[in-house]
Amino acid sequence: MNKPAMPNSFRTGPDEQGMFGIFGGRFVAETLMPLILDLERHWNEAKNDPEFKAELQNLSTHYAGRPSKLYFAEGLTRHLGGAKVYFKREDLNHTGSHKINNCLGQILLAKRMGKKRIIAETGAGQHGVASATVAARFGYPCVVYMGATDVARQSPNVFRMKLLGAEVRPVTAGHGTLKDAMNEALRDWVTNVEDTYYLIGTAAGPHPYPELVRDFQSVIGAEARAQILEQEGRLPDTIIAAVGGGSNAIGLFHPFLDDKDVRIIGIEAGGRGLDGVEHCASMNAGAPGVLHGNRTYLLQDADGQILDGHSISAGLDYPGVGPEHSWLRDSGRVEYVPILDDEALEAFQLTTRVEGIIPALESAHAIAHAVKIVPAMDKDQIVIVNLSGRGDKDVHTVANMLGMEI
Amino acid sequence: MTTRIDRRMAKLKAEGRPALVTYFMGGDPDYDTSLAIMKALPGAGSDVIELGMPFSDPMADGPAIQAAGLRALKGGQTLVKTLKMASEFRTADNETPIVLMGYYNPIYIYGVERFLADAKASGIDGLIVVDLPPEMDEELCIPALKAGINFIRLATPTTDDRRLPKVLENTSGFVYYVSMTGITGSALADTAKVAAAVKRIKGHTALPVCVGFGVKTAEQARTIGASADGVVVGTAIVNAVANVLGPKGEKTADPAEAVATLVSGLAQGVRSARLAAAE
Repeated sequence: MNKPAMPNSFRTGPDEQGMFGIFGGRFVAETLMPLILDLERHWNEAKNDPEFKAELQNLSTHYAGRPSKLYFAEGLTRHLGGAKVYFKREDLNHTGSHKINNCLGQILLAKRMGKKRIIAETGAGQHGVASATVAARFGYPCVVYMGATDVARQSPNVFRMKLLGAEVRPVTAGHGTLKDAMNEALRDWVTNVEDTYYLIGTAAGPHPYPELVRDFQSVIGAEARAQILEQEGRLPDTIIAAVGGGSNAIGLFHPFLDDKDVRIIGIEAGGRGLDGVEHCASMNAGAPGVLHGNRTYLLQDADGQILDGHSISAGLDYPGVGPEHSWLRDSGRVEYVPILDDEALEAFQLTTRVEGIIPALESAHAIAHAVKIVPAMDKDQIVIVNLSGRGDKDVHTVANMLGMEI
Repeated sequence: MTTRIDRRMAKLKAEGRPALVTYFMGGDPDYDTSLAIMKALPGAGSDVIELGMPFSDPMADGPAIQAAGLRALKGGQTLVKTLKMASEFRTADNETPIVLMGYYNPIYIYGVERFLADAKASGIDGLIVVDLPPEMDEELCIPALKAGINFIRLATPTTDDRRLPKVLENTSGFVYYVSMTGITGSALADTAKVAAAVKRIKGHTALPVCVGFGVKTAEQARTIGASADGVVVGTAIVNAVANVLGPKGEKTADPAEAVATLVSGLAQGVRSARLAAAE
């Protein structure tokens, strides 16, 4: 594939058609098209409305607990013996991950649009919990679609959603995974077009979702950039985040995209290795295709049928990726590398031991890459890792992997 | 340039009756059975055939068509085989229009130019691609029209008068009106509302308007056919196949015969539509 010409700025996308280069777009059924255009119109008004911004800012501060801290991980830094490692502590947010940033923004949009009902999809349940949380806070009925397999293995999150008043609908269609949950949410939306707001959890789907989710998550990178300038007096050398659909990663990356000396690395789920089918590395082992409203890198077979991925982390278990990441990959601005299940599991344990922080398995993928590259870097260099969520939800999975019983 | 669709619709208009458009899933439950179903359709009274291209993630389809697609994929169906099915059908029938219906990704992966050339050579007359709205016309619609293949657009209850001209702009063959906001296989919408919507669309276009989503019985086909130029039946046909498959997918009766029996009944309903309307 030809590399597109280097743009003057990497932060101007998407274009009016919702495209990032060849990626993105609006590949949806006609029934949804007027809704998506309506959402785009409301979004364009909201993002320039000082009142909207003020309300979001207020909620972010007093409800979600922002700004999240940029923490110098001294224990890990000492252990690795190279560059200084900082963690962007999204795990300290209300509901325990970065997902709340997007949910607060979108619930305000739903309110602005006069919608009466919220639907969402979830894999591990983090976005489902964050959606149920904001729905409870704003008094909306909420339906969360979740693959039947995930419902079984993420029972604490299912219970949390139910406590918050959401209805969790297990999806048995297809293979009962996150992509099937997303299909089912789209079917609900197509059926209940008048009153329903679809609160997508990641920076993917039809335009304008990839853009608006990115903008709501960019608070991560904007804060981190200001914080490192204040704490270290300079920009980091490298920033790292895990990529499933890619919302925490694009949130961290976007404000740094035009800082050309900052190396940016996205981490895909390498699962049990890229030579087999048990991974979720769509940008390293997939090909561009069209799914869930956008063109992006996908895991698929030669006939264009979508494959089910595998990762130890349910949050990275999606066969696609947000379209802006696909574009950043092809343009060469961001490197995307895989981390295996075992490497993530080791980083999970290491962080717990030397930092007293239990990271989400998603975030452990990003830390695992830092563990690989930091020792070879100079001591005065700086690496920021996005600690996108806390790992309490993963302790059963980890116990299982380590052959222990809780 | 006219296609088999244009000619067939013009002929039916002259006869004063609506078309029966039948959807079935290519490769369900296997290639040979599916081809036998396809071959049985015109004799049973189908005027236009919609040949479903299975996709792993059919976001606008209900459980019946989802399951049919998975059966077909499990049976080894691919886009290559679906096109082969059409050309095998064409050796014995060069009149009945064939419309391929499905989702964009398998076509995109096949390659648009190569797909259009092969589709044309296989005797395909039209395409319905659910996830390509007019905003994405450069992808497949425009190239298809250039290749002489009709691009049939879905219009829905959410397509208001302001948007309708954009939806109709590059549409050819016929307009497929989706009777409700929902997925395939849902309950039929209020027929009076459907009739009003068909009338509204006809105010914007000279193209025939066919109505689908929710039509399952001969009686419904007759009622819808009174106001529309065609009636599309899909889920009921897919269910007729599923009903003669045992728990392990084994056939308990002949699927082609089961489909033919259903379609004959639907055809009677459609053929009596205008008579009923005139009474």
